[in-house]
Amino acid sequence: MDGDLKGDIRHNLRGTDIERGGEVGGRGFEDTLTGEQRIRNFNINFGPQHPAAHGVLRLILELDGEIVERCDPHIGLLHRGTEKFLEHKTYLQGLPYWDRLDYCSPMAMEHVWCLAIEKLTNVAVPRRASLIRVLYSEITRILNHLLNVTTWAMDVGALTPPLWGFEEREKLFMFYERASGARMHAAYFRPGGVHQDLPPQLLDDIDAWADQFPRVLDDIDELLTENRIFKQRNVDIAIITEKDVQDWGLSGPIARSAGLPWDLRRSQPYECYDEFDFQIPIGKNGDNYDRYLIRMQEMRESTRIIHQAIAKLRVEKGDVLARGKITPPKRGEMKTSMEALIHHFKMYTEGFHVPAGETYTAIEAPKGEFGVYLVADGTNKPYRAKIRAADYAHLQAMDHLVKGHMLADVSAVIATLDIVFGSIDR
Amino acid sequence: MADTTVETTPEQVPAVAVHPLDALGASIVARGQGAVLSHEVTNGELTIHVDIQRIVETLAFLRADSSCQFSLIVDITAVDWPGRAKRFDMVYHLLSMYQNRRIRLKAQVGEEEMVPSATSVFPGANWFEREVFDMFGLVFSGHPDLRRLLTDYGFRGHPLRKDFPLTGHNEVRYDEVQKRVIYEPVRLTQEWRQFDFLSPWEGGAFALPGDEKADVGDPQKGLPATPNKNR
Repeated sequence: MDGDLKGDIRHNLRGTDIERGGEVGGRGFEDTLTGEQRIRNFNINFGPQHPAAHGVLRLILELDGEIVERCDPHIGLLHRGTEKFLEHKTYLQGLPYWDRLDYCSPMAMEHVWCLAIEKLTNVAVPRRASLIRVLYSEITRILNHLLNVTTWAMDVGALTPPLWGFEEREKLFMFYERASGARMHAAYFRPGGVHQDLPPQLLDDIDAWADQFPRVLDDIDELLTENRIFKQRNVDIAIITEKDVQDWGLSGPIARSAGLPWDLRRSQPYECYDEFDFQIPIGKNGDNYDRYLIRMQEMRESTRIIHQAIAKLRVEKGDVLARGKITPPKRGEMKTSMEALIHHFKMYTEGFHVPAGETYTAIEAPKGEFGVYLVADGTNKPYRAKIRAADYAHLQAMDHLVKGHMLADVSAVIATLDIVFGSIDR
Repeated sequence: MADTTVETTPEQVPAVAVHPLDALGASIVARGQGAVLSHEVTNGELTIHVDIQRIVETLAFLRADSSCQFSLIVDITAVDWPGRAKRFDMVYHLLSMYQNRRIRLKAQVGEEEMVPSATSVFPGANWFEREVFDMFGLVFSGHPDLRRLLTDYGFRGHPLRKDFPLTGHNEVRYDEVQKRVIYEPVRLTQEWRQFDFLSPWEGGAFALPGDEKADVGDPQKGLPATPNKNR
């Protein structure tokens, strides 16, 4: 299909009943028009409680027959005022709020908050903590992509992939729980490192899981990749060009589907991603199907990173927190040292003070570029924290993407954008 | 050691080590035709201070210029500084995927001032500006669709302003009698408490209870007021 048509199928319908508004008989409305007969576009509400809307999204769709003429997303139904809350909490108290932003990839959200604080306080994270963060960032990426790809398959009619994918997600939640004590909202990454060290048995178990996981991916692959229905619903739908990426501020797998090899892990490395060996899959056509393939391949690459991180973690021993003002003292020290006890008390009541300054820190979250613009005024609370969510920008491009597509494609496009309302509405 | 060091000619050594971002910032200021006021590099991030009334032309320049190519809009937001004459900071973050660089644009805006909309340069600025309008009450001129975005239908006020209370003004609950969701003014069972943890020993700008007269001095004896370090 021509790129400039952007999947517009109207030219296929020329002269058909659908173009004439479904009027059977061929004469359409060429005879005398009365007020009742005049065709006007149909406005429907998609959501806010729609199973394919991936959360509380309300779309006002203007339909010409089954073709979407205009799409106006109404968001904010899950707006909880996280940015306002952050201004009233200490830096450490604010951390768990981040888990609740994009609740499909919680640790990636904490990660950016920790990185921003570490940048302003100029704290270097110990290497073992950095490796653990990489390990759990990639586990998070797989968590997110598994949810996205499988529920996407469900949106276009397949029921088995979510059942298989969620079994793996459950195993990954176990790894979350064994590291942090919580299945989802982990609060595991802390400014200065990670909360606790990983036991060796957990590393072995993650390694064993990563060994078998590619086979599960193969199974899902077999179900979907060459599936006739899945391809009919996704190939050539919502084509994104390089210009769209620039205009709308798209990032992550969506930018990569347009053929841009852009991944912050590679282009602006944080933690110790620069020493890992992984590939960045990019698309050729910029359509839904490419984005599916990219996410599947990214899971395989993440599995490779997990193996490498575990191999490094087995060698690298040491502390997992940069001991200093922004991290608590060791438990054993608190039993013997009065200063350590005072430090612990002050840290968890008053919190630490971050020097005045501002930073924009971003990471390659599973959904794309996730960043925070943090303004610190030297007190124990942030003056302003603006959360920049990738899917916020992606959903904004919705109108541009679905214009001219069929109503049924809307749910496939929502799925491909990988939106989660925790981070869009904040 | 002498034989391992590389011989360098004076031409190869720059006179002053200039940060590449610093050089870029200086070049943008020089070519900004007065719309770009100054630049600074902090924490390895380039910030340029711009004139808000000429923001559209500055953004278009940064997008089109071949040495900048800041063609991707990352974020637009505002920061509230209630004590200042021009109350708000508009903050724009741009990214160049081609040069692998980021830039931040900052401009001061008064409460009554209109901000020119960036949507003509970046279509993706649309929601970011709607959000700023919603959260801070800044009005954008030339915006195609300036409605509230994140807050409730019929919401009043601008939540991210510093004078907006954290609890808000209205609360919502399901009423069992009327069988519908109702809106009520916020009722707090105890007064809202905000601990600021600013220790009086570290020079907070307040007086301790009972300490108010400490620096008044004694006018009868002609003693001058003693400067209170704790004020």
